[in-house]
Amino acid sequence: MSWVYISGILILSGINMLTVLGLSLLTGFTGLFSFGHAGFMAIGAYISATMTMRMGMPFIPALLIGGFAAMLAGLLIGKLTLNLKGDYFCIATLGFGEAIRLILDNIQFFGGARGLANIPTEGTTTLTSVVLINVVAITFLVFIIKSRHGRNMVAIREEEMASQVIGIDVFKYKLMSLAISALYAGVAGGLLAHYLGYIQPIMFKMVKSTELTIIVIFGGLGSVSGSVIGALLLTFLPEILRSFYDWRLVVYGAAVILIMITRPQGLMGGKEISLKGIFNFIKKFINKNKDKEEVKS
Amino acid sequence: MTGGYKLSYFLQQIINGLSIGSVYALMAVGYSLVYSIMNFSNFAHGGVIMIGAYIGYFCLTMLKVPFFIAFIISALGAGLLAVSMERIVYRPLRKRNAPFLYFIISAMGASIFLENIVIASPIGPTFRTYPPIFSTTPIMLGSVALGRIDLLMFIISAISLAALMYIIEKTKIGLSIRATSYSIKGSTLMGVNVDQVIFIIFIMGGILAGIAGMLFGMKYTVYPQIGNITTKSFIAAVFGGLGSLPGAVFGSILLGIIETMTSGYLSSQYRDLIAFALLIFVLVVKPTGLMGKSTEDKA
Repeated sequence: MSWVYISGILILSGINMLTVLGLSLLTGFTGLFSFGHAGFMAIGAYISATMTMRMGMPFIPALLIGGFAAMLAGLLIGKLTLNLKGDYFCIATLGFGEAIRLILDNIQFFGGARGLANIPTEGTTTLTSVVLINVVAITFLVFIIKSRHGRNMVAIREEEMASQVIGIDVFKYKLMSLAISALYAGVAGGLLAHYLGYIQPIMFKMVKSTELTIIVIFGGLGSVSGSVIGALLLTFLPEILRSFYDWRLVVYGAAVILIMITRPQGLMGGKEISLKGIFNFIKKFINKNKDKEEVKS
Repeated sequence: MTGGYKLSYFLQQIINGLSIGSVYALMAVGYSLVYSIMNFSNFAHGGVIMIGAYIGYFCLTMLKVPFFIAFIISALGAGLLAVSMERIVYRPLRKRNAPFLYFIISAMGASIFLENIVIASPIGPTFRTYPPIFSTTPIMLGSVALGRIDLLMFIISAISLAALMYIIEKTKIGLSIRATSYSIKGSTLMGVNVDQVIFIIFIMGGILAGIAGMLFGMKYTVYPQIGNITTKSFIAAVFGGLGSLPGAVFGSILLGIIETMTSGYLSSQYRDLIAFALLIFVLVVKPTGLMGKSTEDKA
């Protein structure tokens, strides 16, 4: 395996990771379920590609504009549908994701079903930029989750009515969560467009959305490090086991059911890996050995 | 364009819409039944429809059984699949009182599993055409052409829906289904066996899904993603009001007619777009749909 191949997979898993991080905030921490995140990715991809190709804008501002366009779409769709109860929001995001794809199919400016090609890839999406953006994204996410806002979101996930009673603006926090996850998905879409060099509406089908949600569930609802590990694992495994590619989604489907039945908290089970945790673990380990030695002597 | 031609073209679209809409209704009803009792969207319904279509196809091509026998086998096979899915996937969650998010996630997992196991198996992702069963020459009513398959779709759907309505409205089982849809706890106290009720709604929904799958396979082709057509029945069910059976039927027929009108007068490219736009519009304006029960939060 050459380095180009490995760094390619790393970039792809970084792009997946970014969307999964946003989705983790929405599904894992706020308890909302989306079938339409590929739609936000599509918006980010098309807008940022247009910015760099047609307007000659530098890469990073274009990426941000793509992300904010997706965020705007998220705010709009959230404003319309977030005060609906559970399932209705799910179905609305499904409709949104498919509608975005069908609209892109019909817009000649964006190349219709053939999509956009010749997006600049030189010096845009590199492993460094993907890693840097992910680091920023993770830091930002951890700050949100640790803040009052993050705790309010978890409260909404656990018991919506009770959190409304104690004075949490449920609608506002749901909207905030959706907007941030749309922003992440939009930026990821922009990165994807500038990595591949071409985009087509068919790349953003519903399967893509469900695959992203599966990664969140696999990593564990309510765990940032779970999402990171999930994104890395589930992008690498199918690449390494190429012959297994066709069976990949079969196994995913079965795994999701199995996780829900036996271990709904997923791989990390709402726990996090942090530097402090690792230090504590090592300390405990050393102390244990010391105790043993003392007993021996 | 003469006036007479215009009118017959319009009538033609209405008839095509009715036949498509009636098959949507078969799917939407099964989906709505589950929603009315268990309060979650069974996204795996599409998988059941797809398997039904494949069972019908293989019965006709490999076993070479007569058409109506193939029909019954595919309906029963799909019913069996729906019931076993309930047993394996949903029952453990139900027994644990899991939050509704877990039900939707599992349903999504089941749907991905069913679709991709067909793609990965020797059946593969190819499009398969049903053997010709009826002659393709339409029956002419004046200047309006009635396709034989369209006619069959409408008749079979109407009969199945009537049978379902009879069971729900007139029999004791139907009474327990209606009672459970009001309150699971209350009906359990009154001696209704909720497990049995859920078994029955899944087998009924599955049978209707099998029939719908086979009808769709006959009209178009069979392929692993055929289950995606259920997104249309979600739209129809939301349109008519989630959890309401007459609403689901009405919404489906309306959606069928709107779709054929769009492809007849605008362009078939906009057909799906209009359907999804309609969905979002209904969700915004009147989320309970045309006949839906108002959802009050009873915590």
